[in-house]
Amino acid sequence: MELPETVPYLDWRWDDLVFLAMAGVMLGSALLVVLGRDIIRSALWLILSFAALAGFYGLLGSPFLAISQVLVYIGAIAVLILFAVMITSSKRGPAKLVFQRQWWAGGIAAILLVGLLITTVMLTDWPHNGTVYVADVQKIARTLFEDYLFAFEALGVLLLAAVIGGLYLAKRDDEMPETNNPRGAMRDEDQRS
Amino acid sequence: MSQSLEAYLILAALLFGIGTFGFLAKRNAIAMLMSIELMLNAVNLAIITFGAFTPELAAQASTIALFVIAVAAGEATVGLAIVIAIYRNRRTPLVDEYASMKE
Repeated sequence: MELPETVPYLDWRWDDLVFLAMAGVMLGSALLVVLGRDIIRSALWLILSFAALAGFYGLLGSPFLAISQVLVYIGAIAVLILFAVMITSSKRGPAKLVFQRQWWAGGIAAILLVGLLITTVMLTDWPHNGTVYVADVQKIARTLFEDYLFAFEALGVLLLAAVIGGLYLAKRDDEMPETNNPRGAMRDEDQRS
Repeated sequence: MSQSLEAYLILAALLFGIGTFGFLAKRNAIAMLMSIELMLNAVNLAIITFGAFTPELAAQASTIALFVIAVAAGEATVGLAIVIAIYRNRRTPLVDEYASMKE
């Protein structure tokens, strides 16, 4: 079955329909992340927002970036955030008040920032406009492993440092007083047995 | 609309604004980290947009966006580890109760 050239009745291109639908999904779920009361639901809406953004990468002709987005953001970061939420959420349930007292100042600042950015975008005359070019994966590989090779290796070191730093920060260090204080350690063992 | 650079940039600006508001207004430290991820995503969308509309820069834009994604992963790791470490001490993830430096 062949699709018609434009969307029936609306006279839009199909890409425009996909763009509008994904823009609605992404901005709506991002708003729900920020405005929602339950933080676990916020984390789940965040996953939807990441997925819609991966769709935008596909629409912009970089399927490789879309796949990386799904793998890294949805597969790793979102799961990490969910773990942290479940570790730190208390049994009393989510706090009643999700915003701090000066939330209105943050709102004004955010609205001013968005207004500034949108005016800048609208007032600038962009030289390249109108056509989306598809990014060649082989060209990305050449750029990544030839022009940016040093940055790539440095990124590996950075990620290793992040892993070690994360482990160091999050590990329990309540074993240390026990080694200094044998009686405390013995009492702890008594309780365990 | 899907072929105009302004539409994508406005979308990125809106997403960045939502992230900014969340970072400034939320009480929960993990919710603030989620807002930072939203802001990083908005910047990535802008980078990829510029690359997609400028054929000479497509490969560079994808590479830079990949770097941003990797650094964001590292940032999430360390940030969440810090939140968990503070949670061990203070028994709460709410940032406005971390007031010991004020007293």
